[in-house]
Amino acid sequence: MMRATIEPITGRYMRLDHKGREHRIYFEEAGQGIPLVCLHTAGSDGRQFRGILNDPRVTRDFRVIAFDLPWHGKSSPPAGWQDGDYQLTSADYTDIILTVCRALELDRPVAMGCSIGGRIALHLAMEHAGEFRAIIGLQSSAHVHPYYDTTWLHHPDVNGGEVCAAIAAGLVGPNAPDAHRWETVWHYMQGGPGIFKGDLYFYKVDGDIRHRLSEIDTSRCPLYLLTGEYDYSCSPADTLETAACIPGATVSIMPGLGHFPMSEDPDGFIAHLLPVLSEIAHR
Amino acid sequence: MPRPDVLSLPELVNANERLVHRGRFLTAVMRLDIGADAYLISIDRGRIAEVRKGPFVMPSWTFGLSCRADALDQFWKPLPPPGFHDLFALLRRGELTLSGNLQPFMANLLYIKDVMASLRSPKETA
Repeated sequence: MMRATIEPITGRYMRLDHKGREHRIYFEEAGQGIPLVCLHTAGSDGRQFRGILNDPRVTRDFRVIAFDLPWHGKSSPPAGWQDGDYQLTSADYTDIILTVCRALELDRPVAMGCSIGGRIALHLAMEHAGEFRAIIGLQSSAHVHPYYDTTWLHHPDVNGGEVCAAIAAGLVGPNAPDAHRWETVWHYMQGGPGIFKGDLYFYKVDGDIRHRLSEIDTSRCPLYLLTGEYDYSCSPADTLETAACIPGATVSIMPGLGHFPMSEDPDGFIAHLLPVLSEIAHR
Repeated sequence: MPRPDVLSLPELVNANERLVHRGRFLTAVMRLDIGADAYLISIDRGRIAEVRKGPFVMPSWTFGLSCRADALDQFWKPLPPPGFHDLFALLRRGELTLSGNLQPFMANLLYIKDVMASLRSPKETA
């Protein structure tokens, strides 16, 4: 009989106030040491960080925490959600991250976010540098021009899970291991109706930070930007253009990887992440 | 590398049971313009029933994809370069234009992406 393997990840719920309403937030964590708060992509959840949460090379010195945004994964929408549409704004996104960090009493954590998480990482670097030890933006850019009609992501004539998956599937790098590629796509199939679309409001409209990049002071909080070569939502050119406006930002382009490096190819990604974490740990 | 033959789509798609299954709710005519060459691809419940090459007189179709030939040549490489490996990558670059009724296109997006990718040459093994 095959023996079960219990992963070293603990999942718990917390209740907290956000925007004047009670929220039930799910988070997972593993490891000890410097807190590393991980922020998932639009329309997905914290399972994207399963490779990092399971990697002893990371968890030896870092307490890795991945929480599901409200409305995502195992975090519930607030009571009364049925009376409105979900739409993520820069202010709400910043607030929930800071609220979670304070609720867990994290001492100057490292924040690492991907895609929308990579965008909010820039906002955090600009507005809350003193509260973070370092910031890591994955697939990070200052703005993305809309290139398809997101109305189709929440439309009664189109299956939401299927279309969100089809959008996400193309953003995975071509050499990603099949199991991780389809796990990544599966997370998109499980998002609630309109949630991916609501996140993209932040990504493509409200979160535009192009004209404020020069306010980021990397001497207060180091900023690392890592981008997969095959991402066409946030391309390497987009990240390089962003970094060019932020003195002191460190950029790494990851060959072969796509828009979901930590989920589509955890081993390939962690090879790029470890030197960054080592540098942060030795600062 | 020679451009794949769009007329071979019935053979390539219909032999792939999972792909046909994925498209089982789609019956439509997809117009494909590759540079100056036009094709009408008739899809019947996920099977490719017929592919006709233009020119056409007063063609009717459900939705259309139009792309520069050299961009699709990149898309169809065994390992496409970044920015050319997915239909939406081509859309993002402004290489791909969509037209017609996009409801069946979006409702079957993964299927249509894979139909187009089925013309891709297999990766060479070392």
